[in-house]
Amino acid sequence: MSFIAKPRIAHPGLPKNELGLTRRDYEGGMSTLCAGCGHDSITAAIIEACWQMSLRPEQLVKLSGIGCSSKTTAYFVSGGHGFNSVHGRMPSIATGAIAANKDLYYLGVSGDGDTLSIGLGQFAHAMRRNLNMLYIIENNGVYGLTKGQFSASADIGSKAKKGEENLQPPIDPVLAALTLGGTFVGRSFSGDKEQLVPLIIAGLKHRGFALIDVLSPCVTFNDHEGSTKSYGFVRDHYDEVVHADFVPPAREITAQYARGDTLPVTMHDGSRILLRKLDPSYDPTHRGQAFNYLRDKLAQNEFVTGLIYIDETSPEFHEVNGTTATPVNQLPFAQLNPGSKGLEKILSRYR
Amino acid sequence: MEPTDTGNPDHYHRVVDCQWACPAHTDVPEYIRLIAQGQFTAAYLVNRESNVFPGILGRVCDRPCEPACRRGRVEQEPVAICRLKRVAADHRDDVRPYLPKAPIQKNGKRVACIGAGPASLTVANDLMPLGYEVSIFEKWHTPGGLMRTNIPSFRLPEQVLAEEIGYIIDLGVDLRLGSPVTSMKQLLATGEFDAVFVGSGAPKGKDLNLPGRDDPAAAAHIHISIDWLESVAFGHTKNIGRRVLIIGVGNTAMDCCRTSLRLGADDVKVMARKPRGFFKASEWELEDAEAENVEIVVNRAPKSFVIEQGRLAGMRFDVMEYDLDASGRITAERTVGEQFLPCDDVILAIGQENAFPWIENDLGIEFGQWHVPKVNSTTFQSTRPDVFFGGDAAFGPKNIIWAVEHGHQAAISIHKYCQGQDVAQRLPRRLNLSSRKMGLHEWAYRNDYNPLERRLMPHIDLKERFKKINIEVELGFTAEQAAAEVQRCLNCDVQTVFDARLCIECDACIDICPVDCLTMTANGTEAEIRGRLKAPSLRVTQPLFVSAPLQHTARVMVKDEDVCVHCGLCAERCPTAAWDMQKSKIRIPYASDETTPCTPPALQPAAMRRSA
Repeated sequence: MSFIAKPRIAHPGLPKNELGLTRRDYEGGMSTLCAGCGHDSITAAIIEACWQMSLRPEQLVKLSGIGCSSKTTAYFVSGGHGFNSVHGRMPSIATGAIAANKDLYYLGVSGDGDTLSIGLGQFAHAMRRNLNMLYIIENNGVYGLTKGQFSASADIGSKAKKGEENLQPPIDPVLAALTLGGTFVGRSFSGDKEQLVPLIIAGLKHRGFALIDVLSPCVTFNDHEGSTKSYGFVRDHYDEVVHADFVPPAREITAQYARGDTLPVTMHDGSRILLRKLDPSYDPTHRGQAFNYLRDKLAQNEFVTGLIYIDETSPEFHEVNGTTATPVNQLPFAQLNPGSKGLEKILSRYR
Repeated sequence: MEPTDTGNPDHYHRVVDCQWACPAHTDVPEYIRLIAQGQFTAAYLVNRESNVFPGILGRVCDRPCEPACRRGRVEQEPVAICRLKRVAADHRDDVRPYLPKAPIQKNGKRVACIGAGPASLTVANDLMPLGYEVSIFEKWHTPGGLMRTNIPSFRLPEQVLAEEIGYIIDLGVDLRLGSPVTSMKQLLATGEFDAVFVGSGAPKGKDLNLPGRDDPAAAAHIHISIDWLESVAFGHTKNIGRRVLIIGVGNTAMDCCRTSLRLGADDVKVMARKPRGFFKASEWELEDAEAENVEIVVNRAPKSFVIEQGRLAGMRFDVMEYDLDASGRITAERTVGEQFLPCDDVILAIGQENAFPWIENDLGIEFGQWHVPKVNSTTFQSTRPDVFFGGDAAFGPKNIIWAVEHGHQAAISIHKYCQGQDVAQRLPRRLNLSSRKMGLHEWAYRNDYNPLERRLMPHIDLKERFKKINIEVELGFTAEQAAAEVQRCLNCDVQTVFDARLCIECDACIDICPVDCLTMTANGTEAEIRGRLKAPSLRVTQPLFVSAPLQHTARVMVKDEDVCVHCGLCAERCPTAAWDMQKSKIRIPYASDETTPCTPPALQPAAMRRSA
């Protein structure tokens, strides 16, 4: 970790977004993670994405649980709303917040422990409900905060720092999301912002539950020879299948983008993502094919990355439940409170 | 791009913009840190090693360092480097015990220096400790050259001058005052000297031959700037008319107008031919003059001197108009009118030249165009091997700090020449790097960016300063100001040193850099790489550092040096110490480096060792 805060001084030629803000205006507090932690790079990618989207900071809700990953919501967009929940319970808080206000952007940041061990049930149901949020897993295969025990995402045969091998099979969050009904499933790597930043933008714009599993090496406990989540291993076994380029609503799709195996997908706000297929036989809108493809690649020790599956048509949480279009905090009291007669009526239903 | 050759001492030297810009390569960040620690004597000695006259230059240096200062690019205003130099000089203890001494046993070689200005004094300063016997010939009754005669005492007090010149003369220099050299031939014919150094400056002020100039009635009221300042400095001129016109707008003109105000003038106008952007004077000298209510009149080209009733009545000017292009260059000029301005005296401050009527043609000393001597720009040797030139005498008017650097280089050449060595075979500059990492999160320098603004020099009250000609206007920084200003220095000599073999490409440095000066990208041409930087490249004159290919992806690490604030966060956040903060020390060779030092380092006084 660092004890020296990043000074406020910025490059004098830093570009500004539509709101007149620079990237620096989307930063948060000083990171207390280890120097070289992949999570800090993801934080930087989130900052870049929010800046590119010209998000007003107060439009963003940052949600997290417990763990190294869950600390990171303090390190970006300090002007946003935030809730740091108990271990593995971030999806519950997200559900409540999303139900109450559908006008905001919801960004959950969790880790492999928070999501795949203690929070697996919550994770599964958030996806099942198709909550309108972006859920980022900062996945490093170890419990860093408790000094490097294997987590539920550790691969068979991966070695711990002291040499012992992991013998239990991993839970792959991407495979899980494909089977549980996730409507936007991606995988990326903390060391590849060119891929990660547009994925985050697309994920925030996606209507419904977007999952990005980001391989984020633990520089202290899982960056050694024999680990399958080290910087070196990930770079060597990293296979991008579909690259997503985000195209804002105002911009034309240029010829350069439109050529070859590209597939434009229109988001609900009119913006588009252009999917550039690096494997021409792959179809990112076919859930079954995506699942099989991933299984095959995993068997070859390859991490498939990019936007693996997308479905912009399935109804999200609000549509399914017919919730109010107006955020609850903007509804008049009379509308929120049924009154004593109304309450009688409701209670009588249960008698 | 090829990986940057950091083994070339110029690479890291260039990053220290101030030191790179200083003709004498003064180690600015080092002395600013010493001031911050309250070690004024050591700070003074670091200065003196390269610029010889810290007290003088701390007041009147032309400050090429300040426009170069990185702080000026990061914010608006550079560090007040010059003022801090004065702080070191003002607060030093007695430095004499730490100064080099001349050996009692001389080496048998004798050197003559002509003119006792900064160039000659530097030659003496460098050669005396090596055992040379140096004689300085000076036409006036006091040493200092232009520093004495042309810089008014309200900017540079007599005592400061005397003290710093004294350090050199007291080495045992044979100073021959009131001894102008009238014939080079005679001097060489004496056979007394093994080498001659000409540091006689550029003593001839330019005249302006306009109608009325030759009228005897006007002669006593039209002055040539440097002669007039000289006459004031020696107390021969004690007053001037009430209304004074200064022709020209260089630094000498600023000295003339301010001196006039102290000799009784109350209506002083500086007449400039062109608009403000074209003034030769330094911005701060213009400000100081304007603060004293000097009026600077632009777009006036002198036309004639007007004589009425047997006396100078004023001057006539053409009123000029200029067309400028987008980059500020003049594309067309025309006269749009005429103006008469009444005055009592006129001072011509339109430049000066070197003049060598005393160097005979048949000595083998060749002169080029405009009677400028042919001098080698590295060795300062003339076409006659035993005659060397330096300061304004060599390449025309520059400034004190250039004269000092010429003196250092000429001293090396004279030394090599006297020892029978090739003057062109000179020691290279060297550069040492040493890590500033102290512990887990500790760095041996103050690396937090301090957003303080530049401190302003306090000036003596306007009424007070005109009472006497030698009341120094600038008061020097207060203790609080000095303590604040030193924190503005970015420690550019604490270098970001990168080892591509250790990098695991985790992006930590790139994410943390507050000024976005780092980028990892595919290699390409410089133009391509500049187009891909994380923050736009603002100045192509600022170099890029390009690493060797990185181990995982064969990309390169690129650093745009332009606005790096040397906060060290890249090294602080690097998990593998691929980045390190290392202090660079640039070793500039002097004449004394050409031989084995007389005193072993262990016997040197403590303050000298600290500063090294």
